Amino acid sequence: MTDEPLLRVSALSKFYGSRVGCENVSFDLWPGEVLAVVGESGSGKTTLLNCLSTRLLPSSGTASYRMRDGQFRELYRMSEAERRFLMRTDWGFVHQNPADGLRMTVSAGANVGERLMAVGDRHYGKIRATAVDWLSRVEIDEDRIDDEPRAFSGGMRQRLQIARNLVTGPRLVFMDEPTGGLDVSVQARLLDLLRGLVTDLGLAAIVVTHDLAVARLLSQRMMVMKDGRVVESGLTDRVLDDPRAPYTQLLVSSILQV
Amino acid sequence: MPTPLVVSDVAKSFTMHLRDGIKLPVVAGVSFSIRAGECAVLGGPSGAGKSSILKMLYGNYAVDEGQIIVQHADGLIDLATASPRTVLAVRRQTIGYVSQFLRTVPRVSALDVVAEPLVERGEDREAARGKARALLAQLNLPEKLWALPPATFSGGEQQRVNIARGFITHHPVLLLDEPTASLDARNRDVVIALIAEKKAAGVALLGIFHDHDVREAVADRIIDVTTFAAGKRAA
Repeated sequence: MTDEPLLRVSALSKFYGSRVGCENVSFDLWPGEVLAVVGESGSGKTTLLNCLSTRLLPSSGTASYRMRDGQFRELYRMSEAERRFLMRTDWGFVHQNPADGLRMTVSAGANVGERLMAVGDRHYGKIRATAVDWLSRVEIDEDRIDDEPRAFSGGMRQRLQIARNLVTGPRLVFMDEPTGGLDVSVQARLLDLLRGLVTDLGLAAIVVTHDLAVARLLSQRMMVMKDGRVVESGLTDRVLDDPRAPYTQLLVSSILQV
Repeated sequence: MPTPLVVSDVAKSFTMHLRDGIKLPVVAGVSFSIRAGECAVLGGPSGAGKSSILKMLYGNYAVDEGQIIVQHADGLIDLATASPRTVLAVRRQTIGYVSQFLRTVPRVSALDVVAEPLVERGEDREAARGKARALLAQLNLPEKLWALPPATFSGGEQQRVNIARGFITHHPVLLLDEPTASLDARNRDVVIALIAEKKAAGVALLGIFHDHDVREAVADRIIDVTTFAAGKRAA
């Protein structure tokens, strides 16, 4: 329990003019932890994710990240180049729409290999072997390695995007509605895959979702957002089984039973 | 030897914000402790708050008042106020829980569902599977089911998977929420034997058993939950 968090977020706010994107969000994230951020569209969860991943700069507040050398660095004080390097090596970002995270006109193997080259791998045979290995880990057949993701189904594209993100061995992965827009059976397979990878690799992850079932399956901790603010947070099963805030009670009671 | 679990003056109510904020008191003044090697049973009619007490002890329900002190990692932790991260560590190492129902995950086999708690605690996957096989065999779960995800199993089969998952680890405190509810007599006896083994190993057990014979067989003492009733004066 003496180890330090990977990410420390303190009083983070983002305003769009006078409109609140997210306001006064604070939390710590430890290695191996999956934090779900839930709420309806417009609740500020995606704004928060974009601020944390430095795709957006917040209006106020701080976020510090523990680098591989053990030193905490203030994210919003890094140079653009440093942030991009972090994004390429130590972080992953899984978009809801795989087309946003993939290069659709190069092969599946190149999509995975490209990230490896970005961290300095130059040996073609090794890169291809690693790509094959990662494609199989996300259950894509080796004989599809030279196909472009344009020729893949939605579920396959999403799995390819995950492989592309995880191949560099990141310590923190951001996911924005990773199962959104997929058929239920495809979702189940993807969730199971994600769950296994997160456990095996000891990843920390921040998953934005409006789907409480996805949050229950993937995360240990949860934050519920409404109108840009965190209205409740805690252990995922505690928040879902004993919701305290009025808004969380509304969300939980709105789940359809099957 | 220190007492593994001490509960003092715990109170719990539910505030239903969607129902004009009515407050449903569940329990108040809950106080008891469990010693190592004993099995205490929560007694009282349905609705008395037995399950709510177990869920608070597991961090699954929030606690309004009071303390839940657990002996964890050479120290004492108050679960009523512990951070989520601490509760997770307590669940991993100290407090196990067997619920009535199995929450299944798509595509994970029964064997891996059972082995998972050991793998999470850092045990080798194959060794964990070996122990899982032994437990599932002891609980008479047909071997042809082991490789299948339990979602389609019968109630009794799912419950046996759940029991195996709960008993596979060596948590010093084990909470049992009606683990024998859908079992036949033969498998009830297996569970009684498993509980006896845990007691002999010095585990502190707290359970809910509606089945009279099981309760007779395992209980060292009954904690009467009606003495913690909170609803009498309120609402």
